[in-house]
Amino acid sequence: MKSKRGFYPYAVWMAIFVIVPLGMILYYSFTNAGGSFTFDNFIRIFTSKKPDYMGILLTSLRIALISTLICLVLAYPFAYIMSRMTEKRQRTMNLLIMLPMWMNFLLRIYAWMMLLEENGLINRLFGLIGFGPIQMINTEGAVIIGMVYNFLPFMVLPIYSVMAKIEQNLIEASQDLGGNMLQTFRRVILPLSLPGVITGITMVFVPAASTFVISQSLGNMMMIGDTIEMFFVGTSQNFNIGSALSLILMVIILISMAIMNHFDKDEDGGNLI
Amino acid sequence: MKKAVSKIYMGIIFLFLYAPILIMIFFSFNSSKSKTSFDGFSLRWYEALFQDELLMEALFNTLLVAVCSSIIATLLGTVAALGIFNMKKRAKAIALNISNMPIINPEIVTGISLMILFVGVLNITGGELGFFSVLIAHVVFNTPYIILNVMPRLRRMNPNLYEAAQDLGCSPVSAFTKVVIPEIMPGILAGFLMAFTFSLDDFIISYFTSGNFQTLPIYIYGLLKKPIPLSINALSTLLFLIVLTVLIITNVRSARLEKREAEQKNH
Repeated sequence: MKSKRGFYPYAVWMAIFVIVPLGMILYYSFTNAGGSFTFDNFIRIFTSKKPDYMGILLTSLRIALISTLICLVLAYPFAYIMSRMTEKRQRTMNLLIMLPMWMNFLLRIYAWMMLLEENGLINRLFGLIGFGPIQMINTEGAVIIGMVYNFLPFMVLPIYSVMAKIEQNLIEASQDLGGNMLQTFRRVILPLSLPGVITGITMVFVPAASTFVISQSLGNMMMIGDTIEMFFVGTSQNFNIGSALSLILMVIILISMAIMNHFDKDEDGGNLI
Repeated sequence: MKKAVSKIYMGIIFLFLYAPILIMIFFSFNSSKSKTSFDGFSLRWYEALFQDELLMEALFNTLLVAVCSSIIATLLGTVAALGIFNMKKRAKAIALNISNMPIINPEIVTGISLMILFVGVLNITGGELGFFSVLIAHVVFNTPYIILNVMPRLRRMNPNLYEAAQDLGCSPVSAFTKVVIPEIMPGILAGFLMAFTFSLDDFIISYFTSGNFQTLPIYIYGLLKKPIPLSINALSTLLFLIVLTVLIITNVRSARLEKREAEQKNH
C-alpha cells in the first residue's frame, strides 16, 4: 500500500504512448521527407501565401475566441439561475444540460446542416414571413453557431458547479451590508465563480480552436484542424508539415492555458500544467 | 418579474439546445425524403437503418472497443493511481501532468501523434491500422480519467484503516482487497463509466488511428460527406432515446442513494 510500484507499468505505458508520440511530432516537425534536420517546415508555414497557413491559424483562433465568448455570455447567467434553484430542480437542469452532450457531436452538427441549408427549415420559415432565403450554411456564422451549440454545456457545467457552492447567505450578507446588485456581483459572485469560468473557457476554446469537422461541414472552410487533417489523411499526406502545424497549435494552446491557469491557483499539484 | 425573466431566459437556452434534436426526431418519421415538410408517418428510415450491415458492424466495433478499452484503462489506471498516491509531492505532480497530457492536448494532436507512432511501427512490422491501434489509442485517453476519479478517493481515505486491518490480523493483500479496494470502489466505477462513455463517443482520435476499421462515429462522419441518407435522423432518434433512458436511470438511482445516505446520517 505504501509502495509506488503500481506506477511503473503505467510509467512504461506513458513513455511509449504519450511521450514517444509527442517526441515524434517534434522529430517530424524539424526534419524533411529524407529525415535530415531542417527548419523548412516552419519557414513554409510562416511564409506560404497559398495556402496561407498563418491566415488560417488566425481565423481559427478568432472563430474559437468568438465562440468561447458567446458561450460564456450565454452560460454565465444560466449557471447562476440554475445554482439558485431547489436541489431537485438543479438535478433536473443538470440532466437536461448533459443530455444533448451525450449524443455524438457529428449528429448534432448534422442537425444544424439540415436547419441552415439553403432550402432548409429556417429559410422556409423566413419564406413564410416574406423574406429570404438567406445564405446561412457555408458561412463563418454557421460555424460559430455550430460551435456554440456543441460546446455550450462545457461552459455551463463547470461554472454551475462552482456557483452551486456559493452559499445564499454570502449573497444576502453582502446585500445586508449595503451592497447593491452590481457590487454583490463584483465582490462576491464573480470572484467565487472565477475558477469555473476558467475551466469552462479552456474546455470550450481548446476543442473549438482545433476542430476539423464543424468548419468543413457547416462552413465549407478550412480551419487549422482541417489543414492538419489534410496532411495526415488523404492524398496530400505530409507528416512533416502536418507535425509542424500541430506543434504550433499545441504550443499556442498550452501557452494560453498556462496564462488562464495563472488566474486560478489550485492547491493540489498536477492540475493541468 | 425577475423570476419571469429567469424562466424565459432558461426557456430560450433549452429551446436552442433541444429544437434541432426534436426536429431530427420529428423528421425521422417522415414518409418522404423532404427535410422541410412532413408528408405522413412512416418507419421506413428505421427499416433502412436495421438493414444497413455496415452500420451494425460499426456499432459492434464501437461497443467492443469501449468495453475492452475501459476495462484495460480501469486496471492500469487504478494500479497507477495507487502508485502515484504514494509518491513524493514533486514526483506526483510530474506524473499527473504527463498522465493528463492526452486530455489536455487538443484531441487532434493526440490523434495524429499516435497515428505517427503506429504508422512508424507498422512500417517495420507490417500490418495495418485497425482494432488494436484504436484500442490502444482509447486506453491512452481513458486511463487519465480513471486516475482523476480514483485519486480523490485515496486522498479522502483514512490511512490508518489499512494498518488497523493488518494489526487485526489481515495479511497485507487481504487488508488491501478488504479495506482499500472497497473504499476507492466508487471512484473506480465512476472512472470506468466515464471511460466507457468517452470511448463510445470518441471520433477524432479514432479517426486518425483506425485505418479501415469503422466505429459508429466514423461511420456517421462518412455519412456527412455523401448526399446524406435520411436514416441518419432515425439513428439520432434511437441514440437520443438510449442516452435519455440511461441518464434517467442513473439519475434516479443516485438520487435514491443520496436520500438513503442522508437518512442514515439522521438516525
